[in-house]
Amino acid sequence: MSEAAKPQARELPYVMAINEGIREVLREQQDAFIAGEDVAVAGSVYGYCTGLLDEFGPDRVVDTPISEKGIMGLGVGASATGCRPIIDLMFMDFIGECMDEVANQMAKMRFMFGGKATLPVTVLTMGGAGGSLAAQHSQSLEAWLAHLPGMKVCMPSDAYDAKGMIISACRDDNPVFVVLNKASLAMTMEVPEGPYEVPLGEACVRRQGTNLTIVAFGRMVHEAMAAADKLKDLGIDAEVIDARSVQPFDTATVVNSIKKTHRALVIHEAVKFGGIGGEITAQIQEEAFDYLDAPVMRVAAPFSPVPFSPALEQVYIPNAESIIAKVKETLEL
Amino acid sequence: MAAKKKPAAKKSPVKKAAAPKAKTAVAKAKKAPARKVKGPSDKVLKEMHLKMVRIRRFEESAGKMMEDGKIPGALHLYVGQEAVAAGVMQHLSNQDWITSTHRGHGHLVAKGGEFKPMFAELFGRATGYCKGKGGSMHISSMDLGMLGANGIVGGGPPIAMGAAFSNKFRKNKNVSVAFFGDGASNEGSVHEAANMAALYKLPCIFVCENNGYGEYTSQARHQAIVDVADRAAGYGMPGVICDGMDVMAVYEAAGEAIERARNGGGPTLLECKTYRYYDHVGVRGMGLNYRTDEEIEAWKKKDAIEGFEKRLMQLGVMTQKQIEAVHTTVAKDVEEAIEYANESPYPGPETLLENVYNEKGA
Repeated sequence: MSEAAKPQARELPYVMAINEGIREVLREQQDAFIAGEDVAVAGSVYGYCTGLLDEFGPDRVVDTPISEKGIMGLGVGASATGCRPIIDLMFMDFIGECMDEVANQMAKMRFMFGGKATLPVTVLTMGGAGGSLAAQHSQSLEAWLAHLPGMKVCMPSDAYDAKGMIISACRDDNPVFVVLNKASLAMTMEVPEGPYEVPLGEACVRRQGTNLTIVAFGRMVHEAMAAADKLKDLGIDAEVIDARSVQPFDTATVVNSIKKTHRALVIHEAVKFGGIGGEITAQIQEEAFDYLDAPVMRVAAPFSPVPFSPALEQVYIPNAESIIAKVKETLEL
Repeated sequence: MAAKKKPAAKKSPVKKAAAPKAKTAVAKAKKAPARKVKGPSDKVLKEMHLKMVRIRRFEESAGKMMEDGKIPGALHLYVGQEAVAAGVMQHLSNQDWITSTHRGHGHLVAKGGEFKPMFAELFGRATGYCKGKGGSMHISSMDLGMLGANGIVGGGPPIAMGAAFSNKFRKNKNVSVAFFGDGASNEGSVHEAANMAALYKLPCIFVCENNGYGEYTSQARHQAIVDVADRAAGYGMPGVICDGMDVMAVYEAAGEAIERARNGGGPTLLECKTYRYYDHVGVRGMGLNYRTDEEIEAWKKKDAIEGFEKRLMQLGVMTQKQIEAVHTTVAKDVEEAIEYANESPYPGPETLLENVYNEKGA
């Protein structure tokens, strides 16, 4: 590609990267549409559908009633019959309203039909705490989804990945959940213009290091990076891996890193018990036990609903400090 | 159907208040219209008869096989309700979509399902419609426009609504039909799908097969209304009731609804009053004491196939001999299909992880 033809990168916030991802998909796929609560006229409560109605019209940018079963069913039925829907589930917490459509219909239809149905449907949803939205608007429920054979689940940690993963998800011929993070919406970085993919199921080494491997995904990647910066001052050189997808999970990248560092710490925002961290930890001991010099440790939310009060929420969410404390424990410092 | 009518006092007051002015008022066709003017052709009548006989013979044999332990798992059989599937499906092509229920064999047979891959699926064989991965409760055929039986009560209507959205989006004239029961009519998913179908004016027909029971609980014990079609007014779509034991009545009512949907007139809630002769699961089922033999016998007196055969003979469309020949042929087809299924191989263990995802070669 010549210099002139290279896509221009500019500073873009996470929220507008989402917007561009959806826009690119709607431009390239004539069978694609986006449907969800408040996505058309209002441009989504987060603002990431701004301008879509104007560009693509009401047939392709569709406001729905507050009916998650209906919306998710729309995604199942429309994708199985030739469309490529993008379904917007405003808060990840609302998944309880449509878990049948997600778990029993969307994820399983292809298998149940002996491979004869194809469901190219992408669900965008918003997870994560940090805004005092309390117990029903702040959860990280990716483990519920990653437990479903047939479902792909990715959690872009930054603007570049958000755009690229939305495009990859929409080009994929499987149901894919793109779990976005509401506390990252204003976070800016360089994002290229035009379409590009960030592959699903591939982790990314965000920071090279030699003393231990920190595995994180979603917004926790930034906390892990902040922790790694501070650890450097203590003479600890941490490698940070952004898992990016939790289903499929890129075990190989994690194992390769541990072969070098011999220690691992897994971070996530969801509660520790039954979280993806337990799965990652188990995979590490299955695949890399002989390389480990210390038990694999986890930093995750305590086993409590997400609290409302900022004073409690601050304690609840893992952060650089809690990561540093656990690193020290892992390294027996 | 008249035998099942409940006192008018139990009807929803909402409908009464809304009915006079609402343009979506429930239009009740309580008696099977004996129209001669624009009736279906002889060909159509014969096809519907064949569909019904095929469903019944298939189900009778499948039920027997299950109770003999030859079919694994659970079967929910459609015997008694044949007129609904036959009357509705007579108007559909393979390009029209349907979603079915846990009681789904009849819908697939009427949509053109072949006995061999159907029995093979019930037997769990590799030659089944779903390669043995779905079984009775997920039997499907994308080629025939059948988006699956469904193990979840109320699972189908949102999917049918989505398929109808897809048809409208792609500006074709195809429709989708969601079959569901009186039991499913209490599921939130059905309400959400119906509301959205009406809102977007989708070519979607909601066919409620009211067989009087949600599993083992009678309608009077699971909802305060008698006519599920009453709810149509609340969605903003026409609600129609027809005698689900009369294939002609179903054919006529469904034809009108499907025609309206094809021409951009939006969805209809069509309630077919019907009855299942067999238990919720299997033939004799679990022997639970939830309905009387007298009730079953009373409904059997209005049997959809027997009644229709008498009519066909009266109309001079078919002779007794021709009708018998249909039964004989279908019985032979069933026998051959069972033999085929029995001889078909089980899916190999290497196929277990295939079709979980749509990857190359899967």
